[in-house]
Amino acid sequence: MMDILNILLSESFWAASLRIATPLIFGVLGALICERAGVLNLGIEGIFVVGAMCGWMAVWLGAGLWGGVLMAALAGAFFGLLHAILTVPLGLSQHVSGLGITLFATSVSYFTYRTALPNVSSPPRIEPFQPLDLPVLSDLPFLGPVLFQQTALTWLALMMVGLVWYVLNRTALGVAIQAVGDNPDSVDAQGLSVYGLRIGAIVAGSALMALGGAFLTMSAFDAFFFGMVNGRGWVCIALVIFASWRPGKALFGALLFGAFDALQVRLQTEMGALVPGQVFLMAPYILSIMALVIAARSADYPRALLQPWFKGQR
Amino acid sequence: MTDTTVLRLNGLSKRFGPVVANDDVSLSLARGEVLALLGENGAGKTTLMNMLFGHYLPDAGTVEVADEAGHLAPLPLGHPQAALAAGVGMVHQHFTLAENLNALDNITLGAEPLRAIRRDRRGARARIEAIMAHSGLKAPLNVPVGRLSVGERQRVEILKALYRDARILVLDEPTAVLTPQEADTLFASIKAMTTEGLSVIFISHKLHEVLAFSDRIAVLRHGRKVGEMATSEADEAAIARMMVGADTPRIARSAMAPGAPVLHLQGVSVAGRSQRDSLKQADLTVHAHEILGVAGISGNGQSALANVISGLSVPTAGHIRVDGSEIPRPSPARMVRAGVGRIPEDRHHEGIVGAMSVAENMVIERLDDPQVQSRGLLRREAIATHAEELARAYDVRGPGVTAPARLLSGGNIQKLILARVFERAPRLILANQPTRGLDMGAAAEVGRRLLEARERGAGIVLISEDLDEILGLADRVVVIRDGQIVETGSHDRERIGLMMAGEAA
Repeated sequence: MMDILNILLSESFWAASLRIATPLIFGVLGALICERAGVLNLGIEGIFVVGAMCGWMAVWLGAGLWGGVLMAALAGAFFGLLHAILTVPLGLSQHVSGLGITLFATSVSYFTYRTALPNVSSPPRIEPFQPLDLPVLSDLPFLGPVLFQQTALTWLALMMVGLVWYVLNRTALGVAIQAVGDNPDSVDAQGLSVYGLRIGAIVAGSALMALGGAFLTMSAFDAFFFGMVNGRGWVCIALVIFASWRPGKALFGALLFGAFDALQVRLQTEMGALVPGQVFLMAPYILSIMALVIAARSADYPRALLQPWFKGQR
Repeated sequence: MTDTTVLRLNGLSKRFGPVVANDDVSLSLARGEVLALLGENGAGKTTLMNMLFGHYLPDAGTVEVADEAGHLAPLPLGHPQAALAAGVGMVHQHFTLAENLNALDNITLGAEPLRAIRRDRRGARARIEAIMAHSGLKAPLNVPVGRLSVGERQRVEILKALYRDARILVLDEPTAVLTPQEADTLFASIKAMTTEGLSVIFISHKLHEVLAFSDRIAVLRHGRKVGEMATSEADEAAIARMMVGADTPRIARSAMAPGAPVLHLQGVSVAGRSQRDSLKQADLTVHAHEILGVAGISGNGQSALANVISGLSVPTAGHIRVDGSEIPRPSPARMVRAGVGRIPEDRHHEGIVGAMSVAENMVIERLDDPQVQSRGLLRREAIATHAEELARAYDVRGPGVTAPARLLSGGNIQKLILARVFERAPRLILANQPTRGLDMGAAAEVGRRLLEARERGAGIVLISEDLDEILGLADRVVVIRDGQIVETGSHDRERIGLMMAGEAA
């Protein structure tokens, strides 16, 4: 028990939690925007891969770090647009389209990577985002390492939470997105475009998801390798339900998962001799499922989620 | 009232595949006028209004709307945005409200530019409150619309139109879900607004409210306008004749002494997830030769009552007796065996299996009958002959008994269900909203069959939201309200309406 307490009190644990949570924050926010507009985006896992590959590749080819971030977002937006066209005006199954996007985007990323670098055995490295070094703040005890020695992308993720909340709850656009996910007829009857709102929300949400991927290659690590996304997208899909489609709760959920993950790594080193490592690897997922079971019972789904809408059919 | 025309529909036509929904319909509307649009189900009333509002693009025809100066200008078709800008507001039969948003957000939705970074919620609230005070239509603004009552939701819908400065208001069956008192209040508010220049078109099935509240009546039949008259010159029989194209046969009913009880519910409670499917200590008795009408506003426990009688839900307390013998643990099969026939509310989903043939659907409730199967194999020929006979007897029309049942029209699906139920000569018939969505002809047929069953000695529970139907068919009327059943002891519309609203005991 003392060990766990020591871990929970250490600043490195909390810093790691926030770092692990960062891509999830991007992903959950992205999925949340799509679903608030009524469209499930299972392309998220593939869009993570695309974001990771494009961001890294752009920097490796000589772009600046922020140029890489922009490229990742654009690539994510592109695959989001594809998903949007298939599911919104064409009204195809959101599950099938989303899984298709994931397979397609993942393969295209790997293909591009292998074509560009046919003969490398160890992945080339880039100079990633560095931890912030702010005067005074970064030197604060505890808070300094936890909050102010993170990279700029982590701060971008945190700011996005506030931005998404503000847009959804305080602007006419956000109200319209919430309405189109609840009852598209309400939007149509007020003279707004159901298709426009949904497509826009999916494109924006997908761009955010890709930033989650970009964080992996441009901040958490400094290279792209196969399998690095490792189910983070699927975790985000579950976290959206845990968060009841609210940005604030999404942040909490991502941090919770990050904390579980950071904890299991530390427990592995502390107690690895006693318990097989795989048990600890499972822990964050099992705990997430348990948290989800509790939270999802009262989940209030956007009423029009998964339901295609066609103009002139009422 | 002035004679200035504010709206003109010129020769609107619309077909959906082979079905002609509207054929060359022209209408005009004067400033401050209330025009009632009447017609049977499927006569094309809603389609016509949806074309005016831009939900549908007409195949032919034009719409002209007066601008603020009173000059008629053509309206670009197929764009609700254009209709709203021209001052046309529509209140749809199925509300177009986002239930997760509050009334304020629903009302301002689409009225504000989407690009704006800030909303002027205070200004919007002040304006809505002014409109509410002026029109007398009040609704709470801060509560998610999903938690408002149906009457409140409808007022939000109208406020939406008024917020957009509607000068022409289209109401599609505005009173279908309201109590008589709520309906009267609504029409009073609308009447008051017409004196200030609002013009109104309302769609309705209910002749009495059309006669009471409209200035002019237009009747549609099979997509065509078949008549138009000033309300002052109209009478109920003439309009009904125009709607159906012939005199409606007045259902003849003979007085009958009720026999022994066939269904007896005593202190039956069902704990549902919500008010919608709860019953609280319900007592109910239905006798042979008796139609018991259960009146009530939808969502007051009707489904719970229907589920108990059909054996779909097991009560948490109380006793159920069918034909004098207690049913200990009710299940659908037990209730069918005890002699209960079920005409379900949602005939498309609960009444038939759409992918199976008409013939199969006709025997689906008696698959253990040796006439239908022998040693586990279906006797296909016997089933088919039997189906042909039944289809003839009950006038089930469609592409034949071997065709999938989903191809039948709503009225014919209902006839199929009636055939299946009545053929077994049940002791007790549960008829849940049996004429909802049917046109007058088919509805009259259902009523006739129910009276026939009553004559034969069955007891009938008729659950309906249509008070006219209950008053026309039932021997005795009870009101269901908040899961409780109250005897009315009368056929007085006013009194029953008040009881439905929970304003009198």
